[in-house]
Amino acid sequence: MIEKMGDSSDTQKIVIIKYNAGNIRSVTNALARLGYEAEITGDPDKIKEADKVIFPGVGEASTTMAYLRATGLDEVITKLKQPVLGICLGMQLMCSYSEEGGVDCLGIFDEQVKKFQLPEPNDRNVKIPHMGWNKIANVKMPLFDGSLEGEYVYFVHSFYVAMGEDTAATTKYIHPYSSALQKDNFYATQFHPEKSGSVGERILANFLKL
Amino acid sequence: MLAKRIIPCLDIKNGQTVKGVKFVEIKEVGDPVELGALYAEQGADELVFLDITASHEGRKTFVDLVKRIARNINIPFTVGGGISELSDADALLNAGADKISVNSSAVRNPQLINDLAQNFGRQFVVAAIDAKHQQGDDWTVTVNGGRIPTEKKLFSWASECEERGAGEILFTSMDHDGVKQGFANEALAKLSDELNIPIIASGGAGAMEHFKDVFTIGKADAGLAASIFHFKEIPIPELKAYLNKEGIPIRL
Repeated sequence: MIEKMGDSSDTQKIVIIKYNAGNIRSVTNALARLGYEAEITGDPDKIKEADKVIFPGVGEASTTMAYLRATGLDEVITKLKQPVLGICLGMQLMCSYSEEGGVDCLGIFDEQVKKFQLPEPNDRNVKIPHMGWNKIANVKMPLFDGSLEGEYVYFVHSFYVAMGEDTAATTKYIHPYSSALQKDNFYATQFHPEKSGSVGERILANFLKL
Repeated sequence: MLAKRIIPCLDIKNGQTVKGVKFVEIKEVGDPVELGALYAEQGADELVFLDITASHEGRKTFVDLVKRIARNINIPFTVGGGISELSDADALLNAGADKISVNSSAVRNPQLINDLAQNFGRQFVVAAIDAKHQQGDDWTVTVNGGRIPTEKKLFSWASECEERGAGEILFTSMDHDGVKQGFANEALAKLSDELNIPIIASGGAGAMEHFKDVFTIGKADAGLAASIFHFKEIPIPELKAYLNKEGIPIRL
């Protein structure tokens, strides 16, 4: 039913970074649907040797940063030279600073992570977290191809990355913000491509082709 | 703009999809994974799988089913039914569920919501509330599929669920469920006005207009239905095209 987009002769090594964050399995499942196998590991050597590294995550920023520092994974991640894809909390941790727990993050991107604020106190028309399907705009190659402009993807988050030089896609919720970032070999999405239907699969496939 | 969500709900018994009319008479309507994948392809925004099996054996079957769902379906899904301890939720999270819903067990032990939110995050916890209308704003929360009334009232219980850490409220009106005359829009709008978390409306969908009404009059963030999708009375692509034409933000 779901066509495999991956080339069966493609033997690249994909690693998903294992750390104290939830629901990593959904990324593995999405890659499997595309015809790729991935290893979930926290082993620095395996991460360094991989062709592609995915840094997913759902969780809280300050406790997760403390874990990354304690295990030395912070330095491993920032020094990677191969394509790296951060997803959701992974993207936020790649920024310079997060208001969630007031913590300095990995500093790969210069942008900062802020908490969504209601436009008016007690405004009941706006719900936080930003949960559900919303559009991406101003998308940039190579993670996005032009056909992805204006497509819907799936979000769940209460903190957002402000607009900046590394912005690779924007989404509007309360105000426009960075729904994707890119700098050198580092890519990141605030939304969950692994849960965003066929659109998400196209974005993952673009990353795997890099 | 954030799209309004259309959510087919699949009731599962012994690994098969069923749909009760007013939660009684039960009729089988197919393989959950196949049906779920079909809905995802047709444009469903999310799926809900509710396990209505009571036995221990059935629980194990359900966890295995959740693993199959997670492998085959590329949109978010919630699973519920019989989750009364952290270990139940943990097994479902590890099987690949994006969210879990708690209903009767949270009414009996409200602390469960706090514990789930602290361990797995708010976004993982959906508080499902079944309620029966009394009069005016008075709705009685019921448990065990609507069979047992409780002391709790809909609006105060929903606020308490939010305070305790629920990420969403799934409200089913027992008066509207299975009747196909539209959702409980007045109560839904009040819930939406009183709470800051998304509200999923359930019970009463019988026509495409009912979804338009639940998103406008009922101010709901998502509309959930079962039989109208299972029996192909309203195809999802047609429903979404209609809502789009009516100016409702929808993912096409």
